[in-house]
Order: sequence, then C-alpha cells, then structure tokens
Amino acid sequence: MFEPIIWSVIVLGGLGAAFGVMLGVAAKKFAVKKDERAVAVRENLPGANCGGCGYPGCDGLADALVAGKAEVSACAVVSQENAKKIGEILGISVGELVPKVARIMCLGSEGHCKNKFEYDGALDCRAAYAIAGGFRACKFACLGLGTCAKVCKFDAITMGPDGIAFIDENKCTGCGRCVEQCPQSSIAVLPKNVDVYVGCTNTGRGREVMENCSAGCIGCGKCANLCPFGAITMENNLPVIDPEKCRSCWLCVEQCPRKCILTTKSDMRAKINPQKCVGCHLCAKACPFGAIEGELKMTHKITDICRGCGLCEEACKLGAITMVPKS
Amino acid sequence: MDTFIRILTILLSSILVNNFVLSRILGICPFLGVSKKVETAVGMGMAVTFVMAMASLITWLVQYFILVPLGVEYMQTIAFILVIAALVQLVEMMLQKTSPGLYQSLGVYLPLITTNCAVLGVAILNITEQYNLVESLVNGVGGALGFTLAIVLFAGIRERLELSAIPKPFQGFPIALITASLMSVAFMGFSGLV
Repeated sequence: MFEPIIWSVIVLGGLGAAFGVMLGVAAKKFAVKKDERAVAVRENLPGANCGGCGYPGCDGLADALVAGKAEVSACAVVSQENAKKIGEILGISVGELVPKVARIMCLGSEGHCKNKFEYDGALDCRAAYAIAGGFRACKFACLGLGTCAKVCKFDAITMGPDGIAFIDENKCTGCGRCVEQCPQSSIAVLPKNVDVYVGCTNTGRGREVMENCSAGCIGCGKCANLCPFGAITMENNLPVIDPEKCRSCWLCVEQCPRKCILTTKSDMRAKINPQKCVGCHLCAKACPFGAIEGELKMTHKITDICRGCGLCEEACKLGAITMVPKS
Repeated sequence: MDTFIRILTILLSSILVNNFVLSRILGICPFLGVSKKVETAVGMGMAVTFVMAMASLITWLVQYFILVPLGVEYMQTIAFILVIAALVQLVEMMLQKTSPGLYQSLGVYLPLITTNCAVLGVAILNITEQYNLVESLVNGVGGALGFTLAIVLFAGIRERLELSAIPKPFQGFPIALITASLMSVAFMGFSGLV
C-alpha cells in the first residue's frame, strides 16, 4: 500500500538530488570570471541601460571603463557622487560633471506653424520626415508625432496637446537618445544651469520665417544688441547665448519681438539689507539697468526695474545685497 | 518511407495545424509579452526552439526509463517540470561559459521559458500521443518552430500597430489581443491539412 508513495518520493527526491548536484558542479565548472572592478563600476552606474553612452547598456560601459576605453563623462546620467566613486575604483580622476538636460527648440505648435500638406501616414516623426522632409511648412519644426517620447527611457517626454513635445526637466537626464532620433533636430542637450535658451532653430530671416510660422526667430538681432553683458551673438540668423556670460536678467526674453527666447528658472531680484548698507553707491554703478536708487551715504533702494542679474551682489563689498525670488 | 511520411506529417501538424499558440492556446505569456519587436521575438523563438527540443528528448527518456519501469507515471507533470527547469539552468550556465555570443542573444529569454506551459505541453503531448523518441523530437522542434512563426508574425503586426492611429480604448493590449485572435482564426484555415 505504501509502495507507490515510497517510489514517488524516491523518484522525485532522487531526480531533485541528482539535478542539484549536477547544477552545483556545473556552477563551479562553468563559472565565468568577471572583473571585480567592472562589477563595482556597474553598481555605481545608473542602470537604466539607456544607451546614451554608445555602449550596449550599463554593463557595456562598465567593461569599457575598466578597459580604459571610455571616460566616466560618457554617461550623461551618472551623478557627481557616483562618478567620484567610479574614479576611486579605477584610480582615475574625474572632472566636474555638468548636469545636462534636453530642451525642445521649437515653438511652432499648431496654429503657429503652417502645414505644407495633410499627413496621414505612420505616426512616427522619422516616417513623416521621409516624405518631402515632413509636413510642416518650416523645415526645422517639431513634427509632433512623438518619436522622442517613445524612445525616452526615463519617461521624461510627453506630447503636449498643441503638437509639440514637452520635456519634464526633473526626469530628463540629458542622455541624448531623443536628439539622436529626432529627424528635425528640434531637441538639443544643453547644460542645465543655463536657463535662457532660444526656442527656434530656423536659420532663415524675416519673411522667410514669418510666412511659415508666427513663433519662429526672424534673426532680427534685437537680443544681441540689447544684452547688457554681451552674452548673445548672432550666428546663422539665430542668437547664440554664451552660458559663461549670461546672467539670467531675461531682458532678451521680455524684449524679443517673437517671444522665442525661453527661460526655465523662477524670477529673482536683488534685496538690500538696510542695516548693512552704508550708501557707497558701488552697487548703483554696477547695475546695468539703473535699478538702484539712493543718495551717497544714504541707504539704497532696489526699484522694480531690477532684473535679478546679481551684478550688484558681487559689487557690494559689505554683503548687504542678496538675491531673492521676486514674488 | 512510411516513417518518413509520418515524421513529415507530425512536423507539418505541429507547425501549422496544431500551432501551439494559435490553435492549442499554450505559451500565451511570452507570445504577448515578448512580441513588441521582431528582433526580440526572433530571440525568444530561438530560445523556445532550443528548450523544446531538449525538453522533448529528456522527458521522453525520463518517462520510459524512470517513470514507467517504476510504475509512477502519475508523477509525470511534476517530474517533467523539475527536469525541464534544471535542464534549462544547466544549459544557461554552459552557454555563458562556452559561447558568450549565443548567451547574449538567447540568455535573457531562457529563464523566462523554463516553466512555460508550451514546453511542458509538448512533453506531455509526446507521451499521450505515444510518439517514439525521434517523433517526440520532431514534434518538439515543429511545435517550437510554429511558436516562432506565430510570435514573429505577431511582432511584425504589432510593430506596425505602434505607428497607427488606434482609438484610445483599443490602445495597448486590447488591440494586441484582437490581433492575436484574428491570427488564430487565420491559422484555422490549416485545419484538415493533415
């Protein structure tokens, strides 16, 4: 009566034991030696396998780093802290990493940018681009079919209702995958600390642009003439902002006749601490906007003209000026 | 000649007529899960072919050399699962050591199908149909090729669906399931072929 039970226990137990031993032996025999450093480096990489570095995933980059074929900066996503750790593991020095972010360089949403023809094909920007360079009248315009949103590994891109991609800067890591896939080069990876950028890549001038789009840069050069810091130069009929010189005063943002210079940061303005101010007038001299009022040797005052460039803060020898949010 | 025809019949039947996915409705999990890109679908198909062939062979041996002589055929299901799972693990280790290239392309899919019902299904069907060793192997390989055919075709359709304007309620899985059922209907056309 107990025979079937005993036999089944023996068979299954035997099979299990036999396979256990076999797998144990195989695990030892077929063990693949991995470089310990590669494993340690891999742990400090983000692990999103976005492929932005050009290697097949984070494992690929870790191997290349150990072999000395790649730089830590190849990874746009890794944090400064983790980059330092990787440098320690590999015994190399890692420079300062500039956090980057992808930005949409087009404002030609529906209603602004005209269509050349009605497009009814596959919902993919690359496919649309293959037909006469896309259906937009402007050959630089965002096609708005969401290829960038599909390839984003970090879920940072969504398609806005106006037919233009929107990038969540908190999620974006600046890996550059979307830039590679965009047929129009409407996306660019820029340093995150530069909060003023141009929302147009059309190299045309005046009417050329205006005929097609009511939001594009016409290359008038007003911003370059206005900029008190000389941070803007015109190249190919487009303003180029020098991140070293730009102080985020937003004069160009407000004065642009096409409203195509954009900002991301919240507005700042200067504030004078009346207890510390001795009325030396250095700040008023430094202000390019004439926003500081006050008689010599009297406490000075910041007027509403202030644009928060921060020059006065640097000029004040007594530390009486701080930058605060405008609201 | 008779054996040859019989083997050909089994092969054709397992690929087209009794297609594992579209006719027997086995192995639906990888069919829906790994069919977003043709590339990964091919990888999955190769891994399934490999595992099914091995499983058919080994489980046949286990059945007729261990279970039948000891009179414990009712232990079939659990014994087969054990055998297949251990086997796939072993093969994965060997692949990793001996051919990293093949491991790169198959490795990720192998653990996914160790306990897949299509793999267990082919092993049990071999026994109930009373196939001999060669026929079992042919049935296993044929079933897996049928699976590969179905999943690659399906992935091709899904890649195109990605680019089409689909009404919101049908986006994602609903349209995939409808596609799968339409494919199943299409494959019904093969019934009566063998």
